[in-house]
Amino acid sequence: MIEFKNVTKKYASNVGLENASIRIDQGDFVFLVGPSGAGKSTFIKLILKEIDADSGSIIVDGKEVTRLSSREIPLLRRRIGIVFQDFRLLPKKTVYENVAFAMEILHQSKKRIRNRVPQALELVGIPDKGDKYPNELSAGEQQRVAIARAIINKPALLIADEPTGNLDPETAKDIMDLLAKINDTGTTVVMVTHAKDIVDRMQKRVVAIDSGHIVRDEYGEYGYMEGGMDELYPEEASDDDRL
Amino acid sequence: MIGYNIKQAFTQVWRNKGMSVASIFAITAMMLILGVFFVISVNVNLFTEMIKADYNEIEVYLKDEVTETQARKMMQQIETFGGVKETNYRTKEEALRILKTRWGDNGYLLDSLGENPLPNSIRVTVDSVDSADGVYNQLTKLDGVEDISYYKETVEKVSQVTKFLRYAALIVMGFLVVVSIVVVSNTIKLTVFAREKEISIMKYIGATNWFIRGPFLSEGILIGIISSAVSAGLTYLIYREVIKIIGREAMTILGSPLVPADYLVWNLVFIFLAIGISVGACGSIVSMRKFLDTDNRAANRAARGRKK
Repeated sequence: MIEFKNVTKKYASNVGLENASIRIDQGDFVFLVGPSGAGKSTFIKLILKEIDADSGSIIVDGKEVTRLSSREIPLLRRRIGIVFQDFRLLPKKTVYENVAFAMEILHQSKKRIRNRVPQALELVGIPDKGDKYPNELSAGEQQRVAIARAIINKPALLIADEPTGNLDPETAKDIMDLLAKINDTGTTVVMVTHAKDIVDRMQKRVVAIDSGHIVRDEYGEYGYMEGGMDELYPEEASDDDRL
Repeated sequence: MIGYNIKQAFTQVWRNKGMSVASIFAITAMMLILGVFFVISVNVNLFTEMIKADYNEIEVYLKDEVTETQARKMMQQIETFGGVKETNYRTKEEALRILKTRWGDNGYLLDSLGENPLPNSIRVTVDSVDSADGVYNQLTKLDGVEDISYYKETVEKVSQVTKFLRYAALIVMGFLVVVSIVVVSNTIKLTVFAREKEISIMKYIGATNWFIRGPFLSEGILIGIISSAVSAGLTYLIYREVIKIIGREAMTILGSPLVPADYLVWNLVFIFLAIGISVGACGSIVSMRKFLDTDNRAANRAARGRKK
């Protein structure tokens, strides 16, 4: 699904990713962990081709991303569902319109949209909120809308960038259950998070990034000590300014 | 897609009522000023055309010994001059009759003249006042000419005034068009700016540039159409009132009627629509350029900048 081969992305004063290689298969559920500025955002941005790699190869859903033209970027992004910490819903569109918008981009028929959007809202557990505007919803409900929008076109890959960062533990748990449910249908999920309790509870694959290096990749616990990764992986530690 | 855009345009204009109203007011104000200049310049044009029509004749008075046959020959010769439209022969009897009508009630005074003192004449109509000078010079070289009269100075002055007014109107109009484009693109830039986040979200979801631009473009065009309708309507109504109030006086003082409002209205509508739609469309495209830089070089630049 995603394959990074020797990917390096350097910024003016620090390293985003350095010689990183990783393979994420279809249907995987991967937590991306690490301190702020470690390179998690760089990883996500490279997948979305928001930035270009300096070197290396990035394959997403069978396409070599590094060679895509700017015209092909929208097509790449349509195959990826994205959920953000701050939801990023269109404030002047209703819940229904927000979700429908992702289908309108693909020029789907009205009939199909009318059919699919309620299903998606049902799936994420807010079947009766279609007429509401985002600011009329609770944070948890807004994130559900964002997830419905992300999965409406049945993407093979769902990227969640700290989706529980703005939510209370109870709501966060519901959202994680929802993501697990989506993963069960075969969608690859890559989730950036700092929430140790969530990672430990889910027992999924955990990829730790620090200072641009993938320092750990295994199933199970968060493996992130109080005081940061430096304690766990002193040889990888860096004093560079972080993202 | 088009249906989607039109629906979006109406929805967005409605939801961004404040901004939309501000833009519509701005464009309408510009177009009203434009309309005033348009109306004035159309009337000035009409007025100068009337004057030119009145003064595009040169009257060549013939010596008494010139016979009509000779005069006809002269006319043929005159018609070969550049800038001459037509020539007419006017006998002294005809001239007297015209003079009598012109004098009206006092025409009887002319009856006391024993002999008709007026000369036969050739009336030369020129293509335009501008060619009158050349024709005049050639006419002076003809034999059998007693005198030549034409309103050289009047015509020259009118020509100058017309030219001046026409250039002035063009400059002012051009200036106003530029100003309204600037105002509109700034207003739209504000709406786009207010929705920068929205645009970035659309891009994340995978919307193409034209998909994102579409609704904004339609919104700009819709704002343009509404403004042109409002300003064309207002200009028409105001001008109609102006004609009602000073139409008669204008006729008496200028000797030329004002251009009827009904005749002007469709020209106004077309001109305003053309300006409104292009201003709205240009404004929105120009103002969105920065925000649609999907070329990720921009993102890379921004990322590098942030790191420094």
